[in-house]
Amino acid sequence: MAVTRSVAESATESAPGTSVVDVRNLRKTYPVKGGPEKVAVADVSFQVQRGEIFGILGPNGAGKTTTVECLAGLRRTDGGTVRLLGRDPQADPASVREDVGVQLQEAALHDRITVGEALDVFASFYERRADPAELMELLDLTEHRKVQFGKLSGGQKQRLSIALALVGKPQVAILDELTTGLDPAARRATWDLVERVRDSGVTILLVTHFMDEAERLCDRLVVIDRGTVVAQGTPTELTDSLGGDRGVRLRFADDAGRGRALDLLTALATRDDDVTGVTPAGGEIEVTGTRKVLFAVVRELAAADVVPDDVRTVTHTLEDVFVHVTGREYRADDDADDNENEEAA
Amino acid sequence: MNTGPLLTTETKVWLRDPAAVFFALVFPALLLVGLGLVIPDFRNPMEDPGLPWDSAPNVTVWLPTMLALAVATISLTTMPVQFATFREKGVLRRLATTPMPPRNLIGAHLVINVVALLVAASAAVVGGMTILDVPFAVNPLVVLLCFVLATTAMFSLGLLVAARADRASAASGIGMLIYFPSLLFSGVWVPIPVMPEWMAQIAKYTPIGAASQGMLAGWFGDDFPLTQVLVMAAWTAVLFPLGVKLFRWT
Ligand SMILES: Nc1ncnc2c1ncn2[C@@H]1O[C@H](COP(=O)(O)OP(=O)(O)OP(=O)(O)O)[C@@H](O)[C@H]1O
Ligand SMILES: [Mg+2]
Repeated sequence: MAVTRSVAESATESAPGTSVVDVRNLRKTYPVKGGPEKVAVADVSFQVQRGEIFGILGPNGAGKTTTVECLAGLRRTDGGTVRLLGRDPQADPASVREDVGVQLQEAALHDRITVGEALDVFASFYERRADPAELMELLDLTEHRKVQFGKLSGGQKQRLSIALALVGKPQVAILDELTTGLDPAARRATWDLVERVRDSGVTILLVTHFMDEAERLCDRLVVIDRGTVVAQGTPTELTDSLGGDRGVRLRFADDAGRGRALDLLTALATRDDDVTGVTPAGGEIEVTGTRKVLFAVVRELAAADVVPDDVRTVTHTLEDVFVHVTGREYRADDDADDNENEEAA
Repeated sequence: MNTGPLLTTETKVWLRDPAAVFFALVFPALLLVGLGLVIPDFRNPMEDPGLPWDSAPNVTVWLPTMLALAVATISLTTMPVQFATFREKGVLRRLATTPMPPRNLIGAHLVINVVALLVAASAAVVGGMTILDVPFAVNPLVVLLCFVLATTAMFSLGLLVAARADRASAASGIGMLIYFPSLLFSGVWVPIPVMPEWMAQIAKYTPIGAASQGMLAGWFGDDFPLTQVLVMAAWTAVLFPLGVKLFRWT
């Protein structure tokens, strides 16, 4: 597949040693009672450069959390090598603790510790410390300083969790599912925050199952599915890899205009090579073709004085990339069936 | 690694849990003094001759039992639930991502619980002596030795419960399952001097029964409770390494 090939190429580009994160052929299995072991990560490789926001994207159960937990030295690997800041967290987990902040997907605090106390006590664990007051300001936690963890909202807990990951002034921050459970406004605020943190010089490894989050935030990313890397690159590289197909969507005020436009464009498609397809889509018309499809459509409609209410270009999303490389729909809850079985057992 | 701030913060947070504070700190003293005041017979002088003091109230034999109860309450109800909660909530996991090893959190809580236990035991002794006129121990060092060994044995047992229980609710259930027979063997329900011989014999080989009997012997200046001391030391020697070895961090 075209996309996976470009993965291999970009992986060899960076000389070993310059990467902040270097994962090669990682493999991790979990024992399963009375059955064959579960392969959570089959073969995952990627490198992260300093100052990047690097994404690990994949559906639920793809093996994202397992990957970063192995990388952080919180789990033993079954194969492959992992390096963080040039050190080996598998051989010596303590060697990376000072310099790597981790926001785990599932980790809470005592219900009765306050925001301020949590930040202060976590700060005391590190030699280099961020100013807890500044962090609270950055994460909009100042007014909740005296609130106990158990009484915080989901978003506030999440922000505290990020603050705790940053309180040791890490060089690398691993953030696992940091916007799950947040409302749209809080998600956007968190995205801005992640960018600010990166701008302050922290390399960020962002684990997410949200396509839009990865597309919006990541400089580069790997897409993981069922424990293997199925795509890798910048978001644009990945979406462009799907080929030259472009799309334009047109909306009209009334059916008359839409009917006339449909006739005009269908005729255009037969004589203009830049236009390859015209399909009615809901109340709209979708036209596909080459990079010049928008010009061709606009020229044709303008000449006939048919004026659409709205014109939108349709671009490929990471979701299309996932569908293309796996042949399956992207369902965030890909692993739901497995989980149900596990619970029933 | 400086564990000071962790210890102070954990202490503050510990003190915010009303149930922990009540059962760990106040309960033994309250039970002793409360029942001592409510049940008239507890305050009557003992009839048993041959004691070094004449006017000691009946409740005197109950004081060592209350000290054992203090140990059992903290080690079987408070502590295992705390540790299992840390694991269940992911507190240990989160600490594992920092330079502070999660075992230091467990260590800090062992310290907090030992201090709480000393407070609870002192409150029971002082309450019993001042309010109920219980005379002080004849062999305080024997009492102290048995108290220390009771603590090591019972904390090891609590650690073992916390080691495997994967949820706070499970830790609480298992803890209670051991706690109630412990109360029986320690003499809370049937005071040690009137305990049937067969029950006393069984109790002697349980950590809490040995603790109670040992402290009673020390309080009344009986012979040195050698068997009980050895029993508690043996339980500690077996349970502590087991608890440490089996402790699950995730
Ligand atoms: N401790 C464990 N024991 C057994 N199986 C596990 C364990 N942790 C994860 N798994 C299984 O391994 C697979 C990968 O899990 P992982 O948590 O790494 O996925 P993920 O990509 O992070 O998913 P999500 O988006 O839901 O967080 C899943 O099928 C999961 O059920
Ligand atoms: Mg995950």
